Amino acid sequence: MADITNQSLNEIIENVKMKKVSSTELTKAYIKNIESAKKLNAFVTTTFDQALDKAKQFDNKPNFDQLLPGIPLAVKDLFCTENTKTTAGSNILNNFIPSYESTVTKNLWDNGSFLLGKLNCDEFAMGSSNETSHYGNVINPVGDQLVPGGSSGGSSSALAADLTPATIGTDTGGSIRQPASFTGTVGLKPTYGLCSRWGIVAFASSLDQAGPMTKTIKDCAIMLESMSGFDEKDSTSINKKKEQYSKNLKGNIKGLKIGIPKEYRVDNMPKEVDELWEKGKKILKDLGAQLIDISLPHTKYALPTYYIVAPAEASSNLARYDGVRYGYRSKQGKDLIEMYEKTRSEGFGDEVKRRILIGTYVLSSGYYDAYYLKAQKVRQLIKKDFDDSFKIIDAILTPSTPSSAFKIGEKTNDPVSMYLNDIFTVPVNLAGLPALSMPAGVDKQGHPLGLQLIGKALDEQKILNIGYAFEKNCGFKNEIKKWWS
Amino acid sequence: MSLDKEKIKHVAKLARISVDEAKVESLTKDLNSIFKFIEQLNELNTDKVEPLTSILNQSLRSRKDEISDGKIREKILKNSPKENEEFFVVPKVVE
Repeated sequence: MADITNQSLNEIIENVKMKKVSSTELTKAYIKNIESAKKLNAFVTTTFDQALDKAKQFDNKPNFDQLLPGIPLAVKDLFCTENTKTTAGSNILNNFIPSYESTVTKNLWDNGSFLLGKLNCDEFAMGSSNETSHYGNVINPVGDQLVPGGSSGGSSSALAADLTPATIGTDTGGSIRQPASFTGTVGLKPTYGLCSRWGIVAFASSLDQAGPMTKTIKDCAIMLESMSGFDEKDSTSINKKKEQYSKNLKGNIKGLKIGIPKEYRVDNMPKEVDELWEKGKKILKDLGAQLIDISLPHTKYALPTYYIVAPAEASSNLARYDGVRYGYRSKQGKDLIEMYEKTRSEGFGDEVKRRILIGTYVLSSGYYDAYYLKAQKVRQLIKKDFDDSFKIIDAILTPSTPSSAFKIGEKTNDPVSMYLNDIFTVPVNLAGLPALSMPAGVDKQGHPLGLQLIGKALDEQKILNIGYAFEKNCGFKNEIKKWWS
Repeated sequence: MSLDKEKIKHVAKLARISVDEAKVESLTKDLNSIFKFIEQLNELNTDKVEPLTSILNQSLRSRKDEISDGKIREKILKNSPKENEEFFVVPKVVE
């Protein structure tokens, strides 16, 4: 049959079920793609032998009733995988082999899939371009000088280059949605608490959420259904009935009220982003949705708030990397304190150190009220903006990012300009809401751009439905030439 | 406010990260530009706002304090940079 790897996950599943392709054939096809795509540097670790064993096991005794029957999947290297090295993109975890499996990946395997490899990411998920990884930059398949976004940059690159049929990432301030937007793919950050955080290397615990990255909305629904669910091991996991997102996917959005926030039209935004937003509004309106102008007045304070809350939580979460129980240990250091200091200095990269220092400072004695407490108060105001709006609307439509993928090295010398990339994605994390980035068009250079749909807490089905209707009527096709193989 | 080099060295000490003298300068510059950005928040009056401590409408669950998956000492020690039978080993602390 024709190249199966450029199909959607849903199409691949159908082909497996109809026995047009075996799990082994499928796995071999992806391995071939991965081996010829080393230039993209999307993988930190591959698990081909193990994947082929699992594929063989599936083919010998197939269960086609599962959500992901015999499907090989690569995942971000932030998810702990039992007996497979997990680095979080950091030197400090360059030799860490977890003795347990993250709940989210376990859920995926329990639904019939298996691990193909671990995908590169910004170190501890701190970055918007995948340039902070200890394992090198990842290249965006859209163009050989372009970043794939971050922090889930290996995930977005691998997905867009047909190196995995779907994948998962994590999103603390936009780390799923921004890379999805940069690669013309779909990315969903679920409601805080919908997917278990257990076994995911922690960055900022009140913001971190795992979510799917896929080629289509239907695929996104299938993956979300497979990975989500209550978990006793995560104290912030929401205990609710499991939803059948893919079965309940419907494209009728007539009468839905879509909010358009005026604060998301920022200075210096490229004309194309604005035009694309207009196009998105028109498509939804033509489908019978009602557009309503709304105001989220504290939007501009979301990033400054995030850069207090996230580093504060990170400085505390990353205190565990001390070279004693696991991970890298410096060979220098004549006493215990010096061993800690050298280990952390050699083990962490510059961006991670910056954020640990910011976090340590804002939590330090005498500064707590001025920074951390202030940020928690503003976070309340940001959440209230959304709460007020959602009294009258069903979902919000915004651009996903203020620009398309930028060049490697373009923003590395100016941390604040890098942070501004997440201007449209961060507010959602602070408010704990679900948000979807869907491909919508390209800019004048032909680089993909995405639009974001934000929903009420636990309203994933609704934004998936809107996305589904949008996708059918948008006419976007991700045309990526395979220049790397 | 601005952070000077001494302050940054102090914070690095608190965070247990040794910083190269050569890098202090650029680190100071970067952190100051980040704090300038963060301090936009001072424009807002938040005197009457309650701080948000959790975005979930539920309180944290508690569970019984009992061992659910013990007996994995060997597995855990396998990741230790320096092991000695049943212990984690660190540089000598007491003279």
